[in-house]
Amino acid sequence: MTAEPHLLGRLDEIPVGEGRAYTVGGEQIAVFRLRDGNARAVSALCTHAGGPLADGQIDGDIVICPLHQHMFELATGCSTTGRPPLRTYALHIDPDGHLFVHL
Amino acid sequence: MRQRLVVIGNGMAGARTVEEILARGGGEKFSITMFGDEPYGNYNRIMLSNVLAGTDDEAEIFLNGLSWYTANGITLHAGTRVRRIDRFARKVYADDGTTTSYDRLIIATGSRPFVPDIPGVRDAKRGFHQGVFTFRTIDDTRNMLRYARGHHSAVVIGGGLLGLEAARGLQSHGLDATVVHAGGHLMNQQLDPQAGAVLKRSVERLGITVELNARTTEIRGTEKVTGIALSDGRVIGCDMVVIAAGIRPNTEVAQAGGLVVERGVVVDDQMRAVGEPGIYAVGECAQHRGQVYGVVAPLWEQAKVLADHITGADPTAAYHGSRIATKLKVAGVNVASMGLKGPEREDDEFVVVAEPSRGMYRCVVVRDGRLVGATLVDDLSKVAFLMQAFDRGLPLPEERVRLLFDLGAPSAETSAAELSDDAQVCNCNGVSKADLVAAVKDGTRSVTGVMDTTRAGKGCGSCRSLVAQIVEWAAGGETEEDPSAGWYVPGIPLGKPELMAEIRARGLKSVSAVFAELAPEGREDAKSKMGLASLLRMMWAGEYVDERDARFINDRVHANIQKDGTFSVVPQMKGGCTTPDQLRRIADVADKYQVPLVKVTGGQRIDLLGIRKEDLPAVWADLGMPSGHAYGKSFRTVKTCVGLDFCRYGLGDSTALGIALETRFQGLESPAKMKLAVTGCPRNCAEAYVKDLGVVAVEGGRWEIYVGGAAGAHIRKGDLLATVGTAEEVITLTGRFLQYYRENANWLERTYAFVPRVGIERIREIVVDDADGIAARLDEAVQASVDAYRDPWQEGREPVTPGQFRPALPLLVVPKP
Repeated sequence: MTAEPHLLGRLDEIPVGEGRAYTVGGEQIAVFRLRDGNARAVSALCTHAGGPLADGQIDGDIVICPLHQHMFELATGCSTTGRPPLRTYALHIDPDGHLFVHL
Repeated sequence: MRQRLVVIGNGMAGARTVEEILARGGGEKFSITMFGDEPYGNYNRIMLSNVLAGTDDEAEIFLNGLSWYTANGITLHAGTRVRRIDRFARKVYADDGTTTSYDRLIIATGSRPFVPDIPGVRDAKRGFHQGVFTFRTIDDTRNMLRYARGHHSAVVIGGGLLGLEAARGLQSHGLDATVVHAGGHLMNQQLDPQAGAVLKRSVERLGITVELNARTTEIRGTEKVTGIALSDGRVIGCDMVVIAAGIRPNTEVAQAGGLVVERGVVVDDQMRAVGEPGIYAVGECAQHRGQVYGVVAPLWEQAKVLADHITGADPTAAYHGSRIATKLKVAGVNVASMGLKGPEREDDEFVVVAEPSRGMYRCVVVRDGRLVGATLVDDLSKVAFLMQAFDRGLPLPEERVRLLFDLGAPSAETSAAELSDDAQVCNCNGVSKADLVAAVKDGTRSVTGVMDTTRAGKGCGSCRSLVAQIVEWAAGGETEEDPSAGWYVPGIPLGKPELMAEIRARGLKSVSAVFAELAPEGREDAKSKMGLASLLRMMWAGEYVDERDARFINDRVHANIQKDGTFSVVPQMKGGCTTPDQLRRIADVADKYQVPLVKVTGGQRIDLLGIRKEDLPAVWADLGMPSGHAYGKSFRTVKTCVGLDFCRYGLGDSTALGIALETRFQGLESPAKMKLAVTGCPRNCAEAYVKDLGVVAVEGGRWEIYVGGAAGAHIRKGDLLATVGTAEEVITLTGRFLQYYRENANWLERTYAFVPRVGIERIREIVVDDADGIAARLDEAVQASVDAYRDPWQEGREPVTPGQFRPALPLLVVPKP
């Protein structure tokens, strides 16, 4: 991990299976807490019409934008519905449950 | 050098014949010129009923557009009528002044509507009296649709197929429709009196009034139609009259040209006009062995024989007449008829089973061990075998009743294999079993693909299930189909009934539990969460284990997300009734939160748009009103009119009943949203006819309940479920219907699709007549959901999850108006 870690907060501030949005260094990031205990971070705006992805529904693999149901892979940011990709961010959770993002 | 072929008539007969000629290499043999009365390419006239009913667009019924003529080198004179044939000079004279020479001539002039000479039907200046229509062409259909707007009632003269279709079509545009029929029973050409009576009952259930033995003696009205008078002295008021009293072949041009004409142009077995080796006639204008056919099926056979003969592809081709078997959907009711309507000789065998109360009628007539007639109303599961037995004289089971019920005769499923290759499957487009099999052999493996390439099932659609069976049989069960088409949600490979059974058997009360037990490899699926959450809440009511991530954002924050990520807030206003105090609070909230748009909704509430997510709890607290549920797949609102207390027309207290319904069923989750209305009289100010469930007060203190209506992207008038005497019965039946819909509809299937899919008769049996004995259970289930209701806006006081109302677009600046 080359990029500098930023503390976002505690993982348990995000409900299981949901997403929350954070602003780090002027970038808006949507962070999702998966049901398997992992977390994923992607850019917060849908590349189609700027929908708020942190409000989207997820499973282990994808997030669905709440506005027009475009889908993106959480791990790669790639769209499965033919839209430009999202940016992805590396996350790190420390033993105390603190959540860090690497920009 | 190519011969000159002239075709008079560009309808289904003319165009189909030319298609058959081209298919036999006729394009090299002939230079083809066609004359058509109508200024269009050719279209499927049978489908005009669907255009009238609004279920098909005009564009969908065109068989060949103008480009087809160009592509095939055909000279088309559209909108041009041929006035005269000179058979000695071999020329035709058209009304645009042109003269065209021919070597071969095909007459396919079809029919025109028969208009009885009723006083008042015509107007010296404009042809028909204003408000009088016939139903034959696309222009007729357009004119009717235009006139139906802004008019309220229609009388259709003629209770045959076309008349019933016209009545049903106009009814779907909100007109009250009455069918006035001179005969003693409906469709008397095809049905016997008993079958006609069954059909009448079914048609009346749809809300169409039927008058039998009713001869029209006058069309009334000076400027425009105001009603009709009957021979018994009665007058029926109406705004428009449609005449569907039969058709007459167009034979004038042929007759004036010196051809032999009786009822139609008399032709031999090669479709040649008698004594005229170079002139043919085909379709409704032709008379073969004394028969003039007014249905489409014989035309396909005639066109093939004519094409075989004229191109020399098969010089021995001969037409021997058609045994007419028709399979129709008449005004929403399935009807099939073939051959005799009933026994005619003393030793004819006649088996008849009738259940008028459920709209079912089946009969067969057997002579000398062969099927010579059959009629089916409502259930056509046996029709494929009967049509084949009728057509080919197949041996029949000893027990004749087996012809009508599956006691051993081939079922619809096995009949796909047993049907002979040349059996015609699609009677609208003349597609045989062999055509379907060939399409599969050519590599098309999906039912929809075969339908696209062969056009089978693209007509009235009544053959689609048989087409599917044949394609599946021909593909050896290897049809390509999206396997998830029948699943309730894409992530669990089960249909709704099987899924519900598994959930119940395993006691699965949360969405994650369903994924863990029933999904392939236990994999969760985002696209399936919302549908599963809705289903589980419906099934388990208060016992449902609510996982918030299974909810769509609207259901997480109880508001409707907008394009900029803000939300719309609609407080509950039961029955559209509000108070000065509520209005003041709404105004204060709009000021305090600088709400960009305050809008009155179609559901008679007030919408505050552009509310930031983080402000939602405070907005709710300041409003002090419960949620109006304008965001979920759930019970939305009950629209009402002003009803009894103030309206001078009011027949029932619609506002009180609307408020009672909304109080009881508020927020009820369902497969798709449910919009209701109660209106105090048939003027229908609350638009109850086009709601998922609409209640209409009628004279005599009674209430009509309509279900399956819609007036959004899809427009449909609801079907009358029941007429009841008290508001309590309305509430009971509403709950029972909604619960039946919740349990049986597919995810996101609105009632306008669900009700026709199940059939209003079946729904009535279950919900009103309790034929399945489940009414009490449905009532209990909906009561459990009602008891589990809690106003979701109470969550504003104490968020359920961390950051429930945190912004998802932190930098977003909400635009100000």
